[in-house]
Amino acid sequence: MSHDLVLELPTDIRSIEHAVEYVIQRCHCCEEHARRLRLNFRVGLTEALSNAMVYGNGHDPAKRVIVEVTLAEGCIEAWVTDQGQGFDPETVPDPTRPENLLKAGGRGLFLMQELLDEVTFNATGNQVRLVLRLDAESPLEGGAQA
Amino acid sequence: MGFQVSQDDGVTLVEVEGQLIVGNRQELKQKVLEHLEDGDRKFVVDFAQTGYIDSSGLGVLVSLSKKIREQGGELRLSSLNEDLRTLFELTKLDTLFKITDSKEEALEGF
Repeated sequence: MSHDLVLELPTDIRSIEHAVEYVIQRCHCCEEHARRLRLNFRVGLTEALSNAMVYGNGHDPAKRVIVEVTLAEGCIEAWVTDQGQGFDPETVPDPTRPENLLKAGGRGLFLMQELLDEVTFNATGNQVRLVLRLDAESPLEGGAQA
Repeated sequence: MGFQVSQDDGVTLVEVEGQLIVGNRQELKQKVLEHLEDGDRKFVVDFAQTGYIDSSGLGVLVSLSKKIREQGGELRLSSLNEDLRTLFELTKLDTLFKITDSKEEALEGF
């Protein structure tokens, strides 16, 4: 598949902010959907990159993270791939349950699933595909299923 | 981007400039814990100049709130914009914190 944008990032959490900003600035097709870009897509992509670097690549600076983005009419699709062992998203507990509310971690995947229209993983669990549809009426509609 | 810390009538006010994310959350944690160790017990974190908080930033606020409560204190949050408030509501963290519209309101009656 041919992508509109491909980035190869070092495993360095300081690079996340700039990478996300770079991608968003290139979503010219979608400027009329400013809030969905600014909130939903920014959160989703930031959390995917953070998960890839922290949990996937384990902060290993020798490992890379690949971001591929396709801009289509009414839709942004992004793939984030790390070089880790992968994980099973089904094992991540719901952070909004009372017993998990005081835990410091575990909200990244939840936010991705709440704010994006589709969040799917490859079989290994080291690649996540994010889809944001821009024709949804409400900025918070369309919670995804992992 | 950074954290401005000041004192206002016995309350430690931390103003977050820019973003609170995985890359700088430890800096905020360290600053607040230093004040907690020095005996401060009342904290307000103000987000009037904050563009974005990621899940790591939310997590550090939860962690700090827990530590402050264990010492008999309280952490309040103020000036969340619409996007930030949405993140707190989605994660139900709005139920954990006293959240006010302005830092003045947070400081009032603390």
